[in-house]
Amino acid sequence: MATTGTPTDITQGTPTRGGIGESTLRPDGTLKVTGEFAYSSDMWHEDMLWGHTLRSTVAHAEIRSIDTAEALATPGVYAVLTHDDLPTGVKRYGLEFQDTPVLAHGKVRHHGEPVALVAADHPETARRAAAKIRIDYAELPVVTDEASATADGAPLIHENRDDHHAGHVPHPNIVHRQPIVRGDADAAAGRADVIVSGEYVFGMQDQAFLGPESGLAVPGEDGGVDLYVATQWLHSDLRQIAPVLGLPEDKVRMTLSGVGGAFGGREDLSMQIHACLLALRTGKPVKIVYNRFESFFGHVHRHPAKLWYEHGATKDGKLTHMKCRIVLDGGAYASASPAVVGNASSLSVGPYVVDDVDIEALALYTNNPPCGAMRGFGAVQACFAYEAQMDKLAARLDMDPVEFRRLNAMEQGTLLPTGQRVDSPAPVAELLRRVKARPMPPERQWLTAGEAADVRALPGGLSNTTHGEGVVRGVGYAVGIKNVGFSEGFDDYSTARVRMEVVGGEPVVTVHTAMAEVGQGGVTVHAQIARTELGVAQVTIQPADTRVGSAGSTSASRQTYVTGGAVKNTCEHVRERVLEIGRAKFGTYHPAWATAELLLESGKVVTDGGEVLADLADVLEGESVDLELEWRHRPTEPFDLRTGQGDGHVQYSFAAHRAVVEVDTELGLVKVIELAVAQDVGKALNPLSVLGQIQGGTTQGLGVAVMEEIIVDPKTAKVRNPSFTDYLIPTILDTPTIPVDVLELADEHAPYGLRGVGEAPTLSSTPAVLAAIRDATGLELNRTPVRPEHLTGT
Amino acid sequence: MRVNFTVNGRPQEADDVWEGESLLYVLRERMGLPGSKNACEQGECGSCTVRLDGVPVCACLVAAGQAEGRDVVTVEGLADYAKHRADAHPGADSAQLSPIQEAFIDAGAVQCGFCTPGLLIAADEMLERNPSPSDADIREALSGNLCRCTGYEKILDAVRLAAARQSEAV
Repeated sequence: MATTGTPTDITQGTPTRGGIGESTLRPDGTLKVTGEFAYSSDMWHEDMLWGHTLRSTVAHAEIRSIDTAEALATPGVYAVLTHDDLPTGVKRYGLEFQDTPVLAHGKVRHHGEPVALVAADHPETARRAAAKIRIDYAELPVVTDEASATADGAPLIHENRDDHHAGHVPHPNIVHRQPIVRGDADAAAGRADVIVSGEYVFGMQDQAFLGPESGLAVPGEDGGVDLYVATQWLHSDLRQIAPVLGLPEDKVRMTLSGVGGAFGGREDLSMQIHACLLALRTGKPVKIVYNRFESFFGHVHRHPAKLWYEHGATKDGKLTHMKCRIVLDGGAYASASPAVVGNASSLSVGPYVVDDVDIEALALYTNNPPCGAMRGFGAVQACFAYEAQMDKLAARLDMDPVEFRRLNAMEQGTLLPTGQRVDSPAPVAELLRRVKARPMPPERQWLTAGEAADVRALPGGLSNTTHGEGVVRGVGYAVGIKNVGFSEGFDDYSTARVRMEVVGGEPVVTVHTAMAEVGQGGVTVHAQIARTELGVAQVTIQPADTRVGSAGSTSASRQTYVTGGAVKNTCEHVRERVLEIGRAKFGTYHPAWATAELLLESGKVVTDGGEVLADLADVLEGESVDLELEWRHRPTEPFDLRTGQGDGHVQYSFAAHRAVVEVDTELGLVKVIELAVAQDVGKALNPLSVLGQIQGGTTQGLGVAVMEEIIVDPKTAKVRNPSFTDYLIPTILDTPTIPVDVLELADEHAPYGLRGVGEAPTLSSTPAVLAAIRDATGLELNRTPVRPEHLTGT
Repeated sequence: MRVNFTVNGRPQEADDVWEGESLLYVLRERMGLPGSKNACEQGECGSCTVRLDGVPVCACLVAAGQAEGRDVVTVEGLADYAKHRADAHPGADSAQLSPIQEAFIDAGAVQCGFCTPGLLIAADEMLERNPSPSDADIREALSGNLCRCTGYEKILDAVRLAAARQSEAV
């Protein structure tokens, strides 16, 4: 049984071998298929209590009073906490701005905001006690869009902003604004033979990771606390948690427990501080597990967006200029909104050559649910709009949409609107060529030889809504560009500790990082890297915790690059140290110790000519090498706040999609038949994992194309569909075949030439599906997700 | 109340069960079997799928009292269950993984793994009924199990692989 103090030891799992470039199996695979892998919601302690969060039932209100007496008197209840019970003067937290109250104070700013906490001996007792807390709300008008947020006399979501963007935003309800001006878009428009414009709307998507927010806080005898939790970045959590608890960081010991997916939704804190507060107050271990309803309120979502675009092109198909305005709804708290704005603006032109641009992106404060990180992070919304624009231009010019894109595709050396040169391969035209060249899936696949139609292959599927009459096919293409890693001057480092020693006569390596394994497979590639660099078969991956330096976040497609780079770098230093030991012990026996390039391979020290000099077991006998080192990729710089110029990004990732859809035009139902992908991954360290990331990212893009949206009532700012009954994510029946074509064009600046993989496929998947539905129906469709009423005009 | 039922071939007893507790809660929090996952607790995602007298059900939608006197198989008992599928006395020993578990590992069908236990139970039951399923059959049988990581392609690969291995073994 999963208990505190025992995060799953994944080395007891699947035996793995193989270095980089091999489809090594996950070390945690066996544990995950047998149910032995301990996720954060599986944490358990004999004497534990259950925590529960009381959340606001209204979106914007003054809190006149909170009466907890009846809740506290409930048998089985150990503690009830409100803002007034917080132990220190630090009562807010946040990723970029510290604007988020641990528990609401004075007012609530969004539906579902945490107001009070209860700890009890049974989860149902805690829930029932929380329901007895009486809160007197005086409701305030809600701000839900740009017009209401920036109108004269609009209520200010945060009355006294003291963040670093407060001084330069045009309105206090704007979190951050980034203009980018390059060339002269107005003058360039004069050269255009055709100009197209459009207004696009991107709905609010949810990460919908399956493992709910959860964890266990255990009070320590030293007055500190041990926290077992699912997160994306242990040290970021720690930096935010410790001041609220009034504890030094070394008294908040964090261990990653099993993470059931993340996709950006675990970058912000959820139950971490709450569980610690209850544990420290009661002196007992406290477990908090959100149910699915609460999970929809417990994490930030993808920013919904409105985007206005104008593009021009000459009659021979060259883009002349681009103007755009992107308004992202950040909701009630800032979360990662400033960085999302930076991405949306700097990547708003897409993977195309456009020298003359006029760009503005901003994020609003509203009373809608807070929005922050989600896979694709600002680039997704822009890609949806610029790809629709590319199709419009191609249609106006009577050109093939893929040919039009290829004519304008960026390549190595192209300047981005920020003035940054793309200094690694950018095979945009080639990716498009590859998805286009792929054979088409057969027509009318629902027809079975001599028998009735197989309705499972039709739009509407098992609902048996059509037998093929009124079903039309469409094909659409899209391509996108995503930055890898954290941008705009962020010190985006990682740390790895590597120990090499002899155990049982064999050289073995232990790798310890604080990287959050959220399912992406980092634990697999770290072992592959260590085997490759140090030439040993047996590599143990230690559980991630805060006893080792920060690994940064498992987000922005950065972990294989940055923490993988840290593991590689530390291994290289360990190798040098091992060779020094070897030279000292055996250098006199063979001149190659001093003169040759030496490698570690198959447990031996060998020359680059393949001559074996010593067994590692002999070199390391009686000694071990143990190093913990930080590693950084090359630095970036912030975008200029007026012009948007600056070398803000580290690396780019590109993917292209071709979508084939069939639409039942009578009922407005869509079946995606195939979503073919081509992506450049630089170097596939683990080809099997790369495919899993690309197919998974593609499916999330499909979801937002045709079904996924958190619906917020525009009058009350309340969430209408916080459940898997009403917020739909693709099932295996909704998801088509996803053939993947992987390119490996090395980026010379990256470890092994690799390119971050996880996000790019989420970008172009959505516009490709939309383009295919437009192709099938002839409708304009400027909003995602597409719903039946958009297709039937009802 | 007290509830008695058989889990993975072993008689189990839970005391002081509150009437509203689900079978899922009792398995996870009272019996130390957290393998069945609590992803939605609304019967929508299939992550908590167990077999109740052989029938796949969402354990979150079964009141613990409904399991009284019945047989439950969870992912923790899947290997043993598959091994003794035709055996009158299951539970004698447990050793290797079931074919579907092996196939999920080998095909790369496990990423975060939260959906995996439910998918394994559902896929194993489908292969029991239909040893050589078409892709459409697999998709239909697994349509009640959400996965957010994989895009399902590797899950299809895994079920195909398990079916192929089983047919070779016959």
